[in-house]
Amino acid sequence: MEDVAIIGIAQHPFGRFGDKSALDMGLESVREALQDAGIEWKDVQYAAGGTRDGGRPDQLCGKLGPIGVPFNNVYNGCATGGSSLGACCMAIKSGMADIALAVGFDKHPRGMFLTTVKDYGLGQWYQDVGFLATVQFFAMKAQRYMHDYDITEDALIRVAEKNYFNGTLNPKAWRRDGLKYDEIAHSKMLSNPLRQYTLCSPGEGAAAIVLCKSSIAHRYTTNPIYIKGIALRTRAFGSLEVFTPAKPLDDTAPTPVQMASQAAYKMAGIGPDEIEVAQLQDTESAHEIMHMAETGLCKDGEQTKMIQDGETKITGRLPINTDGGLIANGEPIGASALRQIYEVCLQMRGAAGAHQMPKAPKTALTQVYGAPGISNVVILAR
Amino acid sequence: MQKQVPIDSDLFTWPAAEPKLKASQCYDCGNVIFPINTSCPKCGGINLKDMELKTKGTLWTWTSQEYFTKGLNDYKDPEDFKPYFLGYIELPGQVRVESRLLVNDASELKIGMEMEMVIVPFRVESDGTETMIYAFKPV
Repeated sequence: MEDVAIIGIAQHPFGRFGDKSALDMGLESVREALQDAGIEWKDVQYAAGGTRDGGRPDQLCGKLGPIGVPFNNVYNGCATGGSSLGACCMAIKSGMADIALAVGFDKHPRGMFLTTVKDYGLGQWYQDVGFLATVQFFAMKAQRYMHDYDITEDALIRVAEKNYFNGTLNPKAWRRDGLKYDEIAHSKMLSNPLRQYTLCSPGEGAAAIVLCKSSIAHRYTTNPIYIKGIALRTRAFGSLEVFTPAKPLDDTAPTPVQMASQAAYKMAGIGPDEIEVAQLQDTESAHEIMHMAETGLCKDGEQTKMIQDGETKITGRLPINTDGGLIANGEPIGASALRQIYEVCLQMRGAAGAHQMPKAPKTALTQVYGAPGISNVVILAR
Repeated sequence: MQKQVPIDSDLFTWPAAEPKLKASQCYDCGNVIFPINTSCPKCGGINLKDMELKTKGTLWTWTSQEYFTKGLNDYKDPEDFKPYFLGYIELPGQVRVESRLLVNDASELKIGMEMEMVIVPFRVESDGTETMIYAFKPV
């Protein structure tokens, strides 16, 4: 099977944009990505797009000019963008399309993501008793992990500070205020151990990626970036996920992130020690820390020293979330995974400007995780 | 005596001198499932029997909910919100259950501590009926 090449990328700034619709942000991203690839909408043979609150993504077809292109509307929680990308890769690898486009856009109201017990097959008691908040899950998973591997709040604060700092260097980031250690450490405790400024906020934004089969990539770019591995996985029995009233005693089950990572590495024929930059789901900073281990980039417990030594800074040995991650960019669900792809492509092209790594990386890993236990991991190389 | 009604009749035995959480056990693979269910998420089996869970266990993990947010709590007035604590309690040999924890401060919670189940009133309805929930408190 042929590799898939990325030939066009675009990202709308992330943040809050008044009356501008998420669909319009998505539309702009698609047009820019097509331009970046040097193709037109009529050249696209397969498309997939996702959003939670932006309205049906296939409305884009009408705006771009209806050409009958197969357009898959995708929704997989915070793993939506990754799922859209995966659908495009499958279309290309199967030979059913030579050129494909993935798009994601979103515009969330302020405040916590609201959901219903029906969405998760739970009784109304679960909400009434006050368990229907995703932040509680992230906090409880973090609490246990910190206990098991001696991770302290200091690490959480440093990771948040790093991401806010990276945001100051990223003109498309939402939070460019560069919050410092003390401000983060003294911010309000929301769900122990997670303080307000260690958490991302739901937000707005869009991104689009144009892909083609690798044998024709040279027609569109002298600098293709290849998707060497991509995997979507859902939860296995026994792992701790969002909104679960009970967890089995058996802790040996791999997480969706571990399974997706292992499958992506295998497909790519690239190992974790070869990854030069990573974009990890930092729903909050403890999750960036846990995902470092779940993606195989380090062993459980190694994170403390790596963070203290600055290894995950832009100038470090293994930069993570060089554009500020979810913490500095916010979380527009449909778009985030594609923002991660956009960022690593900028890094690999040497085009990341103020937040460019000193040496343009040759390999990259991106990872998202969403409720109710879905992860998508991508491994890229040039 | 106030009428006391469980928040969900599938969750625990009530009224009962010694209330217990209700669970299902899979005949085929032995998996313990809470709350009760008609199929086993481990093996996909449909041969399940009723069982009751232990009432004593240890704290496996915990967190707090320290801010009011719509959709989470039925507080008519955000001013009425009080922070609360929740976690997973490991019931030896059975399963870990998510539960409210009856403590007032984070300093009272430590992973590994022993906790026991109680049934407590959670809200009072307009007709005076008390809605009861299960919760765990330090031993």
